[in-house]
Amino acid sequence: MFKIKVNNREVEAQKGEMILDTLKREGINVPTLCHIPGLFPTGACRMCVVEIEGYSGLIPSCAMPVQEGMKIETHSPKAIRARKTIIELLLADHPDDCLYCVRNGNCELQNQAEELGIRQRRFVGEKSTYDIDASSPSILRDPAKCILCGKCVRVCEEIQGVSAIDFVERGCKTEIGTAFKEGLNISSCINCGQCIIACPTGALREKSNVKEVMNALADPDKHVVIQHAPSISVTIGEEFGLKPGRDVAGVMVTAMRRLGCDAVFDTSFTADLTIVEEATEFVNRVKAGEKLPIMSSCSPGWVKFVEQFYPQFLENVSTCKSPQQMLGAIIKSYYAEKEGIDPTKIFSIGVMPCSAKKFEAERPEMVNEHGTPDIDAVLSTREFARVIKMRGLDLNKLEPGIADNPFAERSSAGKIFGATGGVAEAAVRTAYNLLTGQELADPVIKELRGMDGIKIAYIPVGDLKVGVAVVSGLGNARKLLDEIVAGRDDIHFIEVMTCPGGCINGGGQPHYVDMDAIKARMKVLYDIDRDSAVRTSHNNKYIQKLYKEYLGEPNGPKSHKLLHTHYTQRDVLK
Amino acid sequence: MSKKIDLVFEKYPNASRDSLIPILQDIQETEGFISKESVEKVGKYLNLPASKIFGVATFYNQFRFTPVGKYHIEICRGTACHVKGSLNILEEFKRHLKIIPGETSRDGIFSLEVVACIGACGLAPAITVNGEVHAKVTRDSVKKLIKNYRREVSKDA
Repeated sequence: MFKIKVNNREVEAQKGEMILDTLKREGINVPTLCHIPGLFPTGACRMCVVEIEGYSGLIPSCAMPVQEGMKIETHSPKAIRARKTIIELLLADHPDDCLYCVRNGNCELQNQAEELGIRQRRFVGEKSTYDIDASSPSILRDPAKCILCGKCVRVCEEIQGVSAIDFVERGCKTEIGTAFKEGLNISSCINCGQCIIACPTGALREKSNVKEVMNALADPDKHVVIQHAPSISVTIGEEFGLKPGRDVAGVMVTAMRRLGCDAVFDTSFTADLTIVEEATEFVNRVKAGEKLPIMSSCSPGWVKFVEQFYPQFLENVSTCKSPQQMLGAIIKSYYAEKEGIDPTKIFSIGVMPCSAKKFEAERPEMVNEHGTPDIDAVLSTREFARVIKMRGLDLNKLEPGIADNPFAERSSAGKIFGATGGVAEAAVRTAYNLLTGQELADPVIKELRGMDGIKIAYIPVGDLKVGVAVVSGLGNARKLLDEIVAGRDDIHFIEVMTCPGGCINGGGQPHYVDMDAIKARMKVLYDIDRDSAVRTSHNNKYIQKLYKEYLGEPNGPKSHKLLHTHYTQRDVLK
Repeated sequence: MSKKIDLVFEKYPNASRDSLIPILQDIQETEGFISKESVEKVGKYLNLPASKIFGVATFYNQFRFTPVGKYHIEICRGTACHVKGSLNILEEFKRHLKIIPGETSRDGIFSLEVVACIGACGLAPAITVNGEVHAKVTRDSVKKLIKNYRREVSKDA
């Protein structure tokens, strides 16, 4: 710790940190467009420049380590003028269609233009024209709006270990593209949408399914069924101005009914079902001593990642469909039968924190015996918030409601699916019961909680020490898989969530989040777990009833038909 | 095709990413262009993603991603040729062949490339077709040239 001077005020700084980190801690806001906390700085956008006494020119604060006795001016006329010019130049080659842009109102470029008080067009020139890449079912690329900050490229490479996109061409022709400028749909993109979260503008956005949903809601012949993923209720409030870490499950369910949905279900219910199926599958594999470690299959980005990069592990991936697809399958079979509805008249919506779920819903494996997809449309958290706003519903004034029968109740094990480690913790609770006939003394497995990219716990079950690994961010998955390739054999169960921190930080979640917001989202999920009466999936009475009435037994023939699938190797240019 | 690429790799044992550009150059030398297949192979050899290799390759004008045509036309855009109007010659080729430099015509007969000085300044504006130099090219001679080569092709067929 030492002192530096910022704007004539003494400020404490820590050795080794960048000036920008010190400024952030002190509440001095220096704008950035290319900065990603936790990654090595690139200094590409030059928005964070400051003046430092004794240095000539402007210095990017994101890439300059603090030194004792530094005297820094963060908002000198020279610095502000430089920032303003950068934004003006970016705007000179940016489409003037803010009013039509999905990021209108939460665009970083727009915000900074506003904060810097840009009121006139100083530079006019030729604008670049590009084709929109709408080939992916999940992500839409609109290079005309790209400011080449490079955040998407870095997230894709450094966090996810995918590298589907990079800078191509040179100079004023530079753009972000895939290898050979092919469509995202046939590239190695895993549809996780972390690039959408990173993008400061509307250049990367989700492929919207709002229209299909609105049409279905307006169609009297359709029986519209909606499900919401475990993490939605703890993040959607942010779209309505609530602080991160508020659970709005009740009013959200009411909003879904008011929109005209005929039935509202909680995906956490089939998260419980996934756990019962997956834990059974795991126990069977342990007993047979084959296909271990078992790897979770809930995260569709991860599934595509294995198909492309690690096909040798496809056998290890659990055959369980994800909770979204399990509920989709049950809705168009069991629920339709029970309610006497023609399954082809059901329009099934998933509200998901995820862009890859849109891809998953379109997979050929997810088409049912009637020839229709089990899930008809997937909305991200952001899209669903837009639908609520479009219909003029005020979340603050709605009375809380509860999900519909026959899937009304979930255990909290299904709810914690929304955070990294949640699937593994829930699976351990149930697998322990299946292996020993008893319940875990303490359902909380501390080692599996928190934001670390790789977490490992060894759980004693009888005379077996079960190794459980939890990974989030596919760059971390690569590390662990490579260790397993090299011969590591102490792990029996691996949970992988594609996005860092899990679904609470998914590619469909609200923009503008920092680590504190993600931690707050995580905390509220674990608070819900702490306060729940039923904390294990196998003790969910409605799950037991579903098996009794319809499915028979876990991993039985009916479950296999409806709830399990197989994935195959996928050849893409990678 | 892939055997040739393996021969290139043999020249670079234990290579790391620093060898990317020379490897790409050698592949272009032997194959005439950088194919998807070769990008995939280079990626495996150097442990680099395809997008990165493509990004590096598109940064430089020297790499092309389509096979060259039966007649590969290189237009000199060096200083002397520029002064003598090589830009017009380039425009004329683009107009007639309906391709831009780096591309190959759909029938696979012509491909176009821009090169820096080829050392034939006395013959400016100069072009080469499959390495053979054509001197003092004019707009009219461009038209004739294309016609002649087309005739050659139809004769062969």
